Amino acid sequence: MARVVVDVMPKPEILDPQGKAVTGALARLGFAGISVRQGKRFELELEGEITEDRLAEVRRAAETLLANTVIETFNVRVEEPTTPDEEKQAEPAEQAEPDEQTEPDEQTELATQAG
Amino acid sequence: MGPKVGPKIGVVTFPGSLDDQDALRAIRLCGGEPIPLWHGNDNLDHVQAVILPGGFSYGDYLRCGAISRFAPVMTEVIKAADSGMPVLGICNGFQILCEAHLLPGALIRNDVRVFVCRDQDLRVESVDTTWTSGFSNGQLITLVLKSGEGGYVADEETLRRLEGEGQVIFRYVNGNPNGSYNDIAGICNERGNVVGLMPHPEHNVDSLTGPTQDGRAIFTSVCTFLAAKV
Repeated sequence: MARVVVDVMPKPEILDPQGKAVTGALARLGFAGISVRQGKRFELELEGEITEDRLAEVRRAAETLLANTVIETFNVRVEEPTTPDEEKQAEPAEQAEPDEQTEPDEQTELATQAG
Repeated sequence: MGPKVGPKIGVVTFPGSLDDQDALRAIRLCGGEPIPLWHGNDNLDHVQAVILPGGFSYGDYLRCGAISRFAPVMTEVIKAADSGMPVLGICNGFQILCEAHLLPGALIRNDVRVFVCRDQDLRVESVDTTWTSGFSNGQLITLVLKSGEGGYVADEETLRRLEGEGQVIFRYVNGNPNGSYNDIAGICNERGNVVGLMPHPEHNVDSLTGPTQDGRAIFTSVCTFLAAKV
């Protein structure tokens, strides 16, 4: 199985009311200076090997159904698979990260809360 | 001799259609013979015109009308529209016609970001279609508008063409409710047989349930057109 990702975005000249709503909500939450445009991400699991022909087929699918090219643009990309070994190695690294970044004070605080 | 039977006008029911029954009723009240059609049909049951009604077909998943546009019956609707059969899309039906490329442009979420439900004033901009011949040019009418994704958008060239060729047939007046470009509420194709509009004429055919009966002319127009054809 291979994964292909199709990203769909509203064209720049088309109004994006959803993105505007999210932009407004972020500002109200104190996340200043952020402007959002909202799109869609499709994850396609393809059987067999990814060839140019298969990718061309995915682009046709995107153009036919996933995106409305009157108002949206799309981008097709292959997502590189992670092998099981890599995943195993990645897991402890991710867990270790918060510890490294956490200030000593906060660690104490967390311990207190846990107690 | 039995009573005179009006032209057969089909109404497609998709999973999630809401206003199919009202559309069927409007056809009957305005002199046509209503024919229910199912989205899974691979034929149009010998109807002489087709209406795609309002609602939330296929749950509006992906984009409004995007999945309905590929329903089996749509293959026949597209073929019939291309050969000149009158086709009307109301609200969700308009969205389906745009997704099917039977009409240009697209409908996006209202710029006001809320669902709009109101009696909407409109101006009739063209009576040169099979669905609007019963109005007078420039006539002011009021129809129910109830939609969350009724903002009509198209690129500048398409808008210029629609305006230039008289393909804008209904325009919002006394305020634009949803951010539609050029206040467009309804358009037709080049030939004038395919019409789409966001407001609901089928809800304005009876004094019991609406402030006007301005929707009637849509249905009487097509009945008159079809009766003259026979």
